[in-house]
Amino acid sequence: MEEAYGILNDGGENAVIGGGAWIRMLPRELDAAVDISGLGLGTIKKEDGRYEIGSMVTLRQVEMFKPFSELFNGIISKSAGAIMGVSIRNIATAGGSVAGRFGFSDLIPALLALDTSLFFHARGGISLEDYMESKDVGKDILTKITIKDHEGRGWFHTMKNTSLDFAVLNAAVSNSDGRCRIIVGARPYKAVPAYDAMKFMDECGGKTPAAIREAASIAAGELKFGGNQRGSREYRIELCKTLVERGLSEVFL
Amino acid sequence: MKVRFLVNGEKKTFEVKPDEYLLDTLRNNNYKSVRRGCETSSCGICTVLMDGMPVASCSLLTAKAEGRHITTVEGIQEDAELLAGFFGREGADQCGYCNPSIALACYAMKRELKDPTDEEIKAYLVGNLCRCSGYSGQHRAIRAYLEVK
Ligand SMILES: Cc1cc2nc3c(=O)[nH]c(=O)nc-3n(C[C@H](O)[C@H](O)[C@H](O)COP(=O)(O)OP(=O)(O)OC[C@H]3O[C@@H](n4cnc5c(N)ncnc54)[C@H](O)[C@@H]3O)c2cc1C
Ligand code: FES
Ligand code: FES
Repeated sequence: MEEAYGILNDGGENAVIGGGAWIRMLPRELDAAVDISGLGLGTIKKEDGRYEIGSMVTLRQVEMFKPFSELFNGIISKSAGAIMGVSIRNIATAGGSVAGRFGFSDLIPALLALDTSLFFHARGGISLEDYMESKDVGKDILTKITIKDHEGRGWFHTMKNTSLDFAVLNAAVSNSDGRCRIIVGARPYKAVPAYDAMKFMDECGGKTPAAIREAASIAAGELKFGGNQRGSREYRIELCKTLVERGLSEVFL
Repeated sequence: MKVRFLVNGEKKTFEVKPDEYLLDTLRNNNYKSVRRGCETSSCGICTVLMDGMPVASCSLLTAKAEGRHITTVEGIQEDAELLAGFFGREGADQCGYCNPSIALACYAMKRELKDPTDEEIKAYLVGNLCRCSGYSGQHRAIRAYLEVK
C-alpha cells in the first residue's frame, strides 16, 4: 500500500486502477497506472456493527452479498444491480464507483441514504457525505467503504431511458427510527441530500400523504437540476417530485 | 510485460502492452470467436468467462487476468452445441455475431442462478445485445437450455 501510494504521488500523471473499466473510456494518458488488486481489498465483511466493503470488491459482489439484499429493503443490492450488465459489474469496483464521485452514479445515492463512511490510505476516515462535498480530494487510495448495520426501511429507484444508459434521475430514501434521508442524484449533478425536505419530514407531526407530497415538492425546489440529452431540467424537477413522493410513501406509510 | 493465464484450460504466456485490454490480446492471438463490437462496455459481444464469471473483455486490462482461468466459446463446446440446437429450433439467430458471447453468458448463468424466473434471466442478460433477432426467440431457446439438467 505504501509503495502504491508513493507511486501515485511521485509527481507524474498517475492514477489508481480499480476495475479499469471506466478509466479506459477517458481521453487520458497515464504515466503510471497503479493496480491495487494484490492488496487484499476484495472482500466484504462485518466488523463492529458495520459492513466493510473493500474498495476492490466488484459491483457484482456488492449486488450479490446476501445481507445487502435485506438491509434497508435491499437498496444497496438494487442500486449496484442497476449498473450496466453482469459482465461489466464483474469488472467495475465499488471503490472506483465511489472515489470518482460521478454525477451519474447509481450506487452513491443508496450509500448516502445510509450511514456510510470511507477510509483512505492517507487521509483516514471521512463520512461519504463530507467526501462528496470536499473541494480538493487529492491523490489518495480508497481502501474501504463501511456501512452501519441498523434497522430501517429504504427505497431506491433509478429512472433510465434504457437499462444501459445513465440515469435521467435517481433517488434513494430511508427511514431509520423516524429519521428520514432523501438523496437525489443524476440531476445530472452529483447526488446530494435534500436537507430542507429531510428537516421538514423529521419535524412534521404526522407522516401523512399530504406531508409527503409537501416534502417532495420542497426537495424539488431546493436542489439544483440541469438539462442534457437525457432529459430537460423541467422534466427532472417533475421526476424528482414523483420519485421522492413514491420513496417517502414506501418508507413511511 | 508478460502475463500468464489459462485459456480454455491451457497455460499461456502473452507479451502485452501495459494498457492492453483482454479483447485485443485474445484476438491478436487468434482467439477470433471473441468478437469486437462497441468497445465501450455496452454490447456484450466481447464476453468471455474469467474464473467462470462473464466479463466484457474489451473492458478488462489483460494484466488483471494474470493467474486466472479465461474461457472462450471453444471451452464450452458441449453446452454451446446444446444451446445452438435450441436457438435453431426457435429460429433465434440470424447473422450469428452475438452467439459466442450469449452462449458464454448463458453457460455462466446456468451455474450461477438456480431455477431463474423470466425476469431474472432478462436481468442477467442485460448488456448482451443482438442486433438481428429480437429477443423473444432467444429467450425461449435460453429457457429450454436452462431447463436441461
Ligand atoms: C460504459 C459504462 C457505463 C456505466 N454506467 C453507469 C451508470 O449508469 N451508473 C453507475 O452508477 N455506474 C455506471 N458505470 C460504472 C461506474 O462508472 C463504475 O463505477 C466505473 O466503472 C468505475 O469502476 P472501475 O472499478 O472500473 O474504476 P476505474 O476505471 O478503475 O477507476 C475510475 C476512477 O476512480 C479512480 N479509482 C479507482 N479505484 C480507486 C481507489 N480505490 N481509490 C482511489 N481512486 C480510485 C481511478 O483512478 C479513476 O479515476 C458505468 C461504467 C461503464 C464502463
Ligand atoms: S465490445 Fe465489449 S461490450 Fe461491446
Ligand atoms: S444474430 Fe445477429 S447480432 Fe445476434
